[in-house]
Amino acid sequence: MIMADSGSSEEVAVIGNTDITSTESENNIINTMVERGTSLLKKMEINVAEAEKRTGKNTVNMQETYTVYLIEIRPAESVTEGGTPAAPDTLWRRYSEFELLRTYLLVTYPFIIIPPLPEKRAEFVWHKLSADNLDPDFVERRRVGLENFLLRVASHHVLSNDKIFFLFLTEEKGWREAVLDTGFQDKVDSRLKSVSAMLRVKNPDKRFTALKQYSDELNTVVSQLLRVRARVADRLYGVYKVHGNYGRVFSEWSAIEREMGDGLQSAGHHMDTYAASIDDILEEEEHYADQLKEYLFYTDAVRSVCKKHELMQYELEMASQDLAYKKQQKEELVTGTVRVFSLKGMTSKLFGSETQEQRESRLSAIEQSIEEGVEAVMEKNTECRDFVSAAWEDIERFKEQKDKDLREALISYAIMQISMCKKVWPSTLFRTSFCFQYKH
Amino acid sequence: MSGHAVPADISGHMLDLDEDDDLDVFSKNTCLTDEGPVPNSPSSMVNQYRLEDDEEQQDANAKDLFISVDDPESHITAIETYIMYRVVTKTTRSDFDSSEFEVRRRYQDFLWLRSKLEESHPTLIVHPLPEKFVMKGMVERFNDDFIETRRKALQRFLSRISEHPVLSHSQHFKVFLTAQDLAPHKKQGSGFLSRMGETMRAVANSVRGVKDRPEEFEVLQDYVENFSSKISSVDKVTQRIIKEQREYLDELRQYSSTYAQWAGSEENLSEPLKGVASCAERCCKETEERIQHLSEVLVPALHEYVLCAETLKAVMRRRDNIQAEFEAKSDALASRRSDLDALQDEVDELADRMDKSNSALHVDWSRWRNAMRTDLKAAFTSTAEKNVEYYEKCLAVWESFLVSQRGESISQRD
Repeated sequence: MIMADSGSSEEVAVIGNTDITSTESENNIINTMVERGTSLLKKMEINVAEAEKRTGKNTVNMQETYTVYLIEIRPAESVTEGGTPAAPDTLWRRYSEFELLRTYLLVTYPFIIIPPLPEKRAEFVWHKLSADNLDPDFVERRRVGLENFLLRVASHHVLSNDKIFFLFLTEEKGWREAVLDTGFQDKVDSRLKSVSAMLRVKNPDKRFTALKQYSDELNTVVSQLLRVRARVADRLYGVYKVHGNYGRVFSEWSAIEREMGDGLQSAGHHMDTYAASIDDILEEEEHYADQLKEYLFYTDAVRSVCKKHELMQYELEMASQDLAYKKQQKEELVTGTVRVFSLKGMTSKLFGSETQEQRESRLSAIEQSIEEGVEAVMEKNTECRDFVSAAWEDIERFKEQKDKDLREALISYAIMQISMCKKVWPSTLFRTSFCFQYKH
Repeated sequence: MSGHAVPADISGHMLDLDEDDDLDVFSKNTCLTDEGPVPNSPSSMVNQYRLEDDEEQQDANAKDLFISVDDPESHITAIETYIMYRVVTKTTRSDFDSSEFEVRRRYQDFLWLRSKLEESHPTLIVHPLPEKFVMKGMVERFNDDFIETRRKALQRFLSRISEHPVLSHSQHFKVFLTAQDLAPHKKQGSGFLSRMGETMRAVANSVRGVKDRPEEFEVLQDYVENFSSKISSVDKVTQRIIKEQREYLDELRQYSSTYAQWAGSEENLSEPLKGVASCAERCCKETEERIQHLSEVLVPALHEYVLCAETLKAVMRRRDNIQAEFEAKSDALASRRSDLDALQDEVDELADRMDKSNSALHVDWSRWRNAMRTDLKAAFTSTAEKNVEYYEKCLAVWESFLVSQRGESISQRD
């Protein structure tokens, strides 16, 4: 991709060139071989086993109740032996610590699609489901989500090698200090920067543009799907529960009938069973919703990577533009023509031209500046290229993972529907039809 | 299942979706499937039992009067618009001049017939007619569904009358079925004024009240009140179920279209997503059919018996009036000295009338109970069958999706 504003072409590198150069990058990750399974997971088994309520004073000295989650680490070999498995190493973490870890990963590996955390607050809920963060069902689903997050990170060939992540799993007390010591918070790009980058980048990479668009589409459609699913769940709940009203009426009606009495009583009982069955059915379906939510939140991570690329691209463009401008200035100084407006040029016109000495010092200053500019562009160029290459590798990995995971989710949804149909008819409605086959 | 007491008065709990009161488990085994192996397919067993049922029906009555109501036609005059139905009668009865009759009747004519039958047989249970207007919902008087529902109900009405051992031989019934022009017959018989007189007497008597209902009719009165309340509740619950099903169906449709929309953005995932969308769509279709079945089978049957409950109440009131009249005259006889002979005759007449009315009701009550059980059993069974079918079909839909996905994943691995 060629810069639009370039002067000569040799200093400006082609962005998006996937030719791998020998340039070392500070991350040391690009060009490494990808192993099947990470070395971290080969060594240890990670679980988020339990959740517990705690109360304590928060930062403004107010009493608060919060939940902590127990992380268990077991050496991988210990489980395979016949005897009792070794006791795990454990530590407690709360949700905000997971958030801190994730922010660190986002900043430190901007070219990786960082796995998302389970939702902070319950969203897309159908009416019976509590939206309360302390609700045991919500806590349980969050526990599962946090474990999933840790496993996703631990199975990522780049992220699993991160020292801070390792400390998160092993160092209960000292971790917070360690992560803050990395100074990652200074590296956070300001929102203003990334917005202006989005608006002003001249030559966006088509692949990233397409990816961003796909990510937005996915976000929209999965959000809608989750909303509709919640409404469908609500309605289905209503249908089943109203059948429960039959139960009550049939039972009372059976009391006044002789021949029909037993049939009605039985039918009423089965209506109650039917009505009660919806609770389990919908509880199971929440798991499916959680799988969709994970990918909904993944779209934010994808968007992050695209934005980071935009920012890099923008910075590269700015550096190139700056270089081109400086070259122009030099040319003017050398040839004496004024094509670019400068205060110096104007004042020299008005107040007489400068001395040869002055000119020469200015020239050398500009030449110095140009040298620095060339280096800056080269640096940015390399940075960008490395970023793109690393990012696309992760993007391809993500796409494959997404297709596989979501396909499995759809299959398990179908299995759920089948088991729901099977659960209902043999015991309930089938018998209801025969409860009326009495002999007069 | 946890046990809870059955609430004595359900009116407050009616339609309260959030309560999960479970009923005591009642393990009486009149259900034929309690013993023996579970059959492979519920439908096949249902069919088996349906055959037995039909045989029972055939033994019951040898019908000699077959009536159909069809061909609704709109008639527009300056004053009003109304529908005329064709009533076709086929009969082998000797007291009919011919074996086949065809006449045109409107709803008003049916009302006339029914009121005549009730007048002549005040303590017989005359099957109700469909209502004059449909209050709830925005049903136009003459939309097609309304007309069809009414037509079916009118046919059932005539069919019931034709099966009744007493009512089917009513002169009014014969006239209704055979006379080309009903108008002259309508003018005959007790006029408006005499009907008024009767009504006033009835009111007066009911104010006085009966002294002592025979045990049999006490029980009956009790039953009628309870039955009326229960059948109304079942009717309401059913209407509510239909409403909930319709709302569920609306959301399910959106669900299906959202999956289809998603499929548009995907490559590898497009095929399974389209599969899920199509499954959801087919479940929508099954749900639609389920709703339709409820509306066409269960709702009309329940509704008929809601109306029957009102009829039963009216019959009980009339029986009570007859007894009240007799009691009033008996009292008069006991207290007065003069005109004993005339009074005695009246009292004897009234006693006779009362006895006849009571026995008529006694016999008809038994008939009605059997008919009610048969009708409602059929309606509930049909509904249950339809529900089973619904779940069987939905199951098949998702299973075929699963097969398609697993087949694909196997071929992908190769």
